[in-house]
Amino acid sequence: MTKLNVNGKAVEVDVDPETPLLWVLRDTLGLTGTKFGCGMALCGACTVHLGGQPVRSCRTPVSAVGDQAVTTIEGLAQNRSHPVQQAWIELDVPQCGYCQSGQIMSASALLETKPRPSDADIDAAMAGNICRCGTYQRIRAAIRRAAEIKAGTPA
Amino acid sequence: MAALVTRRTFVGGLVIAISLPACKRAPKNSGELKVIRTSAWLRIGTDDSITFLCDRSEMGQGVYTALPMLIAEELGVSLGRMQVEFAPPGDEFINNMIGGQITGGSTSVRDAWEKLRRAGATARQMLVSAAAAEWDIDPRSCRVEDGVIVSPHYQRLRFGQVAEAAAKLPVPKDVKLKEAADFTMIGRSQKRLDTPSKVDGTAIYGIDVKLPNMLYAALAQPPTLGGSVKTFNDEKARSMPGVKAVVLTSSGIAVLAESWWQAFKARGQLDIQWEPGPNGALNDAKISQLLRKGAAGEGRVARNDGDAAAAIKSAARVHRADYELPLLAHATLEPQNCTADVRPDGVDIHVPTQVQQIAQAAAAKAAGVDASRVRVHTTFLGGGFGRRLEVDFIPAAVEASKAVARPVKLIWTREDDMTHDAYRPPAFDQVTGAFDDKGKLVAWNLHLTGPSVTARMFPSVVEKNVDPFAVEGAANYLYDVPNVHVDFRQQEIGIDVGYWRSVSHALNCFVVESFMDELAVAQRQNPLEFRKPLLAKHPRMLKVLDLVAKQSYYGFPPKGCYHGLAVMEGYGTYMAMVAEIFLRDGKVKLRRTYCALDCGQQVNPDTITAQIEGSINFGISALMWGEINIQNGRVQQTNFDSYKLLRMDDAARIDTYIIDSNEPPGGVGEPATALIAPAVCNAIYQATGRRLRSLPLARHRLS
Repeated sequence: MTKLNVNGKAVEVDVDPETPLLWVLRDTLGLTGTKFGCGMALCGACTVHLGGQPVRSCRTPVSAVGDQAVTTIEGLAQNRSHPVQQAWIELDVPQCGYCQSGQIMSASALLETKPRPSDADIDAAMAGNICRCGTYQRIRAAIRRAAEIKAGTPA
Repeated sequence: MAALVTRRTFVGGLVIAISLPACKRAPKNSGELKVIRTSAWLRIGTDDSITFLCDRSEMGQGVYTALPMLIAEELGVSLGRMQVEFAPPGDEFINNMIGGQITGGSTSVRDAWEKLRRAGATARQMLVSAAAAEWDIDPRSCRVEDGVIVSPHYQRLRFGQVAEAAAKLPVPKDVKLKEAADFTMIGRSQKRLDTPSKVDGTAIYGIDVKLPNMLYAALAQPPTLGGSVKTFNDEKARSMPGVKAVVLTSSGIAVLAESWWQAFKARGQLDIQWEPGPNGALNDAKISQLLRKGAAGEGRVARNDGDAAAAIKSAARVHRADYELPLLAHATLEPQNCTADVRPDGVDIHVPTQVQQIAQAAAAKAAGVDASRVRVHTTFLGGGFGRRLEVDFIPAAVEASKAVARPVKLIWTREDDMTHDAYRPPAFDQVTGAFDDKGKLVAWNLHLTGPSVTARMFPSVVEKNVDPFAVEGAANYLYDVPNVHVDFRQQEIGIDVGYWRSVSHALNCFVVESFMDELAVAQRQNPLEFRKPLLAKHPRMLKVLDLVAKQSYYGFPPKGCYHGLAVMEGYGTYMAMVAEIFLRDGKVKLRRTYCALDCGQQVNPDTITAQIEGSINFGISALMWGEINIQNGRVQQTNFDSYKLLRMDDAARIDTYIIDSNEPPGGVGEPATALIAPAVCNAIYQATGRRLRSLPLARHRLS
C-alpha cells in the first residue's frame, strides 16, 4: 500500500510503486481532471502540484511522491474561486479544454513564486504546456489578469 | 421523469416529436413532470427546464454555445437557462451542407443558422399560443421575457406552465424570424457555456469515461502502416499483474487489465511477429517520386475559363514553379480512445467523435449487430481538427468488449496516435502564370497532384467528379484573369490520408498566394498593389484587404521586420492576412499577425476571434516544423519531441479585425490556418530574397 496526501485527504492505494502518479490519480482515485497527453513529460497536460511545485505526473512514479502534498485541478480551489480559474473564465480561455487543467496548474504555481510575472517568466513557466488549439495569447493575458485578481485589483 | 408516448410527424420538413400525455385537455399542467420535444433539438419541461440537443461535436470551436444562442435568440430565453446535451445519432441531425451528422468543414453555424433559429421561433410561437388560449386573447398581443409569456394585462405564464398545452397545438408552418437589427444575443459575445467545466476538471472527455466493471485496454498496432499481425505469443503478457485478457482484434492486439497502466506495461511483454504489408518499402523519396510521376498525367478539371493553354503559348512572359508539401499529423492532445460496452441487449459506445452515424456503423459492424442496436454517447473532444472524422479507434474497443463481455476503455498512447493517423495529404503542384506584352496577367494554370481523402471516405462523391475537397482555394481562384485552368490529378501513395483542419485550402492557398507573390515580383510590383485590381470584382475581399493593409501599415514594417500578405475566400469567409516577421540568428520569428475577415453575420464574436487565433497558431506549427516522414512504411515521428508544436514562447501577438456584415454566416474555424504559411513565406522573401516552395521552414533551416 502506498500512502498519499491528495487534495488535502490522506488516501492509500494498492498499486505497483512504479505506476506514474497520473494513472493513480485517474484510474485509482477517479480524478480525471488531470490528463494524459504524451506520457513523456513533453506536453504538460498531466501537470499537478507536488509540495506546491508543478510536476508532470505522467513521469512521476507514485513511489517518489512520499509525504509531499499532491494537488490536482480538482483540489486547486472550491467553486472555481482560484484567481487563475476566475481569470480563465473572465477571458474564456479554453477551446477544446483538454490541456487547460495542466495550463492552470502551471500558471497557478507560477503566480505563487512570481506574483507579477514578466513575459519571460510566463514563457519559461508555460513553455512545457502544449495547447493544440492555440490559446496561448489568451493564456498569457489571463495570467496577467489572474495576477491582478490575486493582488486585489478589480476588473 | 414520466414515461411519454411519443409520436413523430413530419411537418414542413421539420421533424417534430410531440408528447401525448394521458390527460384529455390540459390547459394547465397535470402536475407530473413532463418534457415536450418541440423539435429535434429542443425539449421543454413542465419544470421550466430547457434542453438543447447539440448535434455537433464540441471540439473547441464553440458550438456548445453558438448553437444554443441561435435557438435562445428566437425562443426568448437567456443563454444561461439552456442546458446542453450532445445529441445521439439520427437523420434529423444531418448536416445539410455535408449530408451526414458530421462536425467538419466549418459548417456547424452555417448549417444551423436558419434551422435552429426556426426551431426556436416555432417553439416560441406554440408556447405563446398556448398561453394566449389560456387567457383567451390574441397571441400577437403577448410578449416573451426570458422564458415567461406576458399578456398586455401583465399576466404571466412560464414556458413550463404551458408546455403540455403547447405540445397539443399544431406546429406552425411559417414562423417569422427576427430581423438582424432586432437580435439581442446573436452578434454579441456570450460567455462560453463549457468554460466553467473546463477550468475545474469536470468536463468529461472520451478518455475520462468510467463504466461499472470496466476494463482498460492498450492496443499493439502494426508498426508498418497497412501491416498486420503474423503470429504472437501472449504468455508473458497474460501473467502480468492486473491483466484479464489478451484479444486479437481487427486493428491489432488488445491487452485488457484492471488499470490502463497495467494494460500498457503488459502490452510491452507481447511477443509479436508483424507482417509489414504492402508499404514495407515505402519512404519519403518514393512518395515524392510517385507524386511527380502522377503529375505527368492529366487531372480532373475543377475550373476552366477561356483557354489557358493557348494563352500561355502566345504570352509575352511565362512563369512556372513547382511546389511541394509534406504529410502532417493531426496530433489532437487527447489521444484516440473509445469506451465500448457490448451486451446481449445492445451496444453502447462513449466516444469523442466528429461523426456519430459513421461511428455507430463502425461499432455495429465490429459487434456484428444492426446499427439500430448501437447507442453513441458523444463526449467532449480533446481536439478534433479532422482526426475524429475517422473511426479507426472504435472497432478494437468494441471487439475487445464483446470478447470479455465487459465494458472496455481503450486508449492509444501518444506514439500510437502519432504513428497511426490518417495524415494530411502531401502535394506536388505545378503552377504557371502568363503575362501579355502590356504586363497584364492573362493566364493561370494550376495542376495539383496528390492522394484523395474523399476517394476513401466518400467514394461516390468522386465517382465522376473531381474531389471537391482537393481543389478548395484553387477552383475558386478569385483573381480576375481571363484564362484559368485548375485540375487535380489523383495519385495515391499507399497510406491513408485524412481531412486536416482547412483540408485542401492549406495546401492550395500556400501555392496560390505564394505564386501570386512571385508574379508580383516578376512584374516589379508591390504585392498589395498587384493584387488589388485583380480583385476589383470582389468588394468583400477588397474591403478586408484594405483593412488589413491599413491596420498593419503594410509595406511599412517596424525596423528589422518584414511584411508578407495573403488572401483567401473559403467557407463563405473572405480573409486577408499580414504576417510581420524578423530574423534572429538566421531563424524566422513572427512578431505579429494581422487578420481581417468578413465572415458574414457573426454569432458569437469572441469565439470568432478565438478561432482565428487558434487556427493561426495551428497553421504556425505546420509552417515551422510540421512534417511526417516515412521510412520502410513506418512513421518516424513518435511524440512531441520529434513532431514539434507551437509553444507559449513562440506564440506572438495576433490582431483580428472582423467586418460588420449581414451576409449569411461564413465558417471561421479553418480558413486562417491556410493563410499563415503563404503570408509568412511572402515575408521571408522580402527579408531574404529566398522563395520557399516547400514546407516546413525547418527543412530550410529557418525555424
